[in-house]
Amino acid sequence: MPTLPTTISTNAGLLLRYLPAVLAVGLIAYAIVAGGHFVTLAGFALIYAVFVTGLNIFMGYAGQASFGQNAFAAIGGYASAVLTATYGWPPIPALIVGAAGAALCAVVIGYPTLRLRGHYLAMATLAIGLIVYEVTVQWQSVTQGYMGISGIPPLGIGSWEVTSDRAQLIMLSIVVTLCMASAWLIRNSRFGRAIVALSGSEDAARALGVDVARYKLAAFVVSAVYASLAGSLFVHIVGFVSPEVFGMHMVILGFTMLYVGGIGTITGPLVGAIVINLLPETFRGLKDYQDLVYGAALILLLIYAPGGLASLGNALKRRPSTPIPATAPKGARP
Amino acid sequence: MNRLGVHALTRRFGGLVANDSISFDVPVEGISAVIGPNGAGKTTLFSMISGFLEPSEGRVVFEGEDVTGVAPERIAARGLVRTFQLAQLFQNLTVLENVKVGRHIRTKAGLWAALARPAWARREEAETERRARELIAFVGLGDQADARAAALPYGQQRLLEIARALAAEPKLLLLDEPAAGLNHDETERLSGIIRRIAAQGTTVLLIEHDMKLVMNTADRIVVLNFGRKIAEGTPTEVQGNPQVIEAYLGGVETPHV
Repeated sequence: MPTLPTTISTNAGLLLRYLPAVLAVGLIAYAIVAGGHFVTLAGFALIYAVFVTGLNIFMGYAGQASFGQNAFAAIGGYASAVLTATYGWPPIPALIVGAAGAALCAVVIGYPTLRLRGHYLAMATLAIGLIVYEVTVQWQSVTQGYMGISGIPPLGIGSWEVTSDRAQLIMLSIVVTLCMASAWLIRNSRFGRAIVALSGSEDAARALGVDVARYKLAAFVVSAVYASLAGSLFVHIVGFVSPEVFGMHMVILGFTMLYVGGIGTITGPLVGAIVINLLPETFRGLKDYQDLVYGAALILLLIYAPGGLASLGNALKRRPSTPIPATAPKGARP
Repeated sequence: MNRLGVHALTRRFGGLVANDSISFDVPVEGISAVIGPNGAGKTTLFSMISGFLEPSEGRVVFEGEDVTGVAPERIAARGLVRTFQLAQLFQNLTVLENVKVGRHIRTKAGLWAALARPAWARREEAETERRARELIAFVGLGDQADARAAALPYGQQRLLEIARALAAEPKLLLLDEPAAGLNHDETERLSGIIRRIAAQGTTVLLIEHDMKLVMNTADRIVVLNFGRKIAEGTPTEVQGNPQVIEAYLGGVETPHV
């Protein structure tokens, strides 16, 4: 690491700590005011913020890996699409059915696999991502295959619908705020402590009476519900769904957002979702070099802010106060 | 009545017999210790008692009930809580949160309570917070409550682990080499803390390498060597036992006190 002046630690640290979140909120506010192309980008960023908030609970807090979160988004998205466009349900009940379906699916996959340690769960989740994709392609009578389903109505209650770009963005902002608040409530509770504990040491958690398998499963189900909600939001905002919408790219994007924003933090998912959605746009002027610069920016971020953007302030604040090797115990075992 | 009964406990790993028909009782009162040279089978024994390892033969009886083969989290819920030889802290939690996790089996708020925060859950959390702070002060980490557990020096991590285990209000506390990695002063303090825990009514069973700690702290000692129990008794009895002297020092002199 390049040496950072330690004197800026407190004030600048505090500033840096909130800067990414403040910028994120500022950008959304700007999008609401400015309108246009920016609104679409900001909308996708907010939908991804919901998705990544769920991923963060399972990966950031419980310390597990899921490569199949796109499956839960697909379940939510298709439930909303089919029930509203084909069967004429109102959006909210359809969304709830989708979330319940995703939760049930998470229980069915998670129950046998979460008892195992290591890579078994990751493999199982990868499989479910592929299976759900195939189902959306093949089950043509319901999903209309690659053609997809169009004419999905916007979100709304009764005759009141959220139709304008700006109103949708405001609604998404409220949903994201509620998602982040719920994530905070979960993290700062007996439930949240138990899942963060098991990510630190499963044995120690069990020795204190934490049913590790059950809590991992619960975290998995919670993350699936957030993913399902993101899927439902997506289809109502875009008005169209096809299998590609919930492809593997969604998982990769989600991981990138989580690590860039700050894994295990509350604001990280939002910050990551916004940065990853807007960064490529920023480099658009570079034309051919766009992807190269984007990749380089990601690598630099991960090298210099391994805890993600949301923890930049913490990193600055902590470094001078706890020189890690210097506090090694006297007489510690080698 | 005995807090714990270990009956002919045996564990084989392939051809190796790590524990060979070990039996002893741990009475409710006081501090018991299991000692023995490296490789004597102490940690294997602890893992079987706490449910982390299934015995090949034999039984573990806790509070008059057979708990052989019961899962660790269920054994913990019955009031038998262990610590680990190498401190196993929850690195991503603060010192305070670590101890709060220790209250897990004494509390019941779940996911819905986390989201809805009903009055009973808020009271429960406030009580958890109060008890956790008390215990942190008890082990002398009062000014570190909000530090990340990973940032503590090793000696303090060991103390934090004990505070966390105590938060579960165990009837029997198993301490796996609590003095490992501690310096002289820290070991002295630990000895005082263990005696106070026992004085407050918690049965303590510890595994220890540090003879000084064991001889100063324990009321009864079980000695293992090569997976077998070779002696049992008060510190004085054990120190004078020729087999123990042989096991530790090849029969040259008594163990250092």
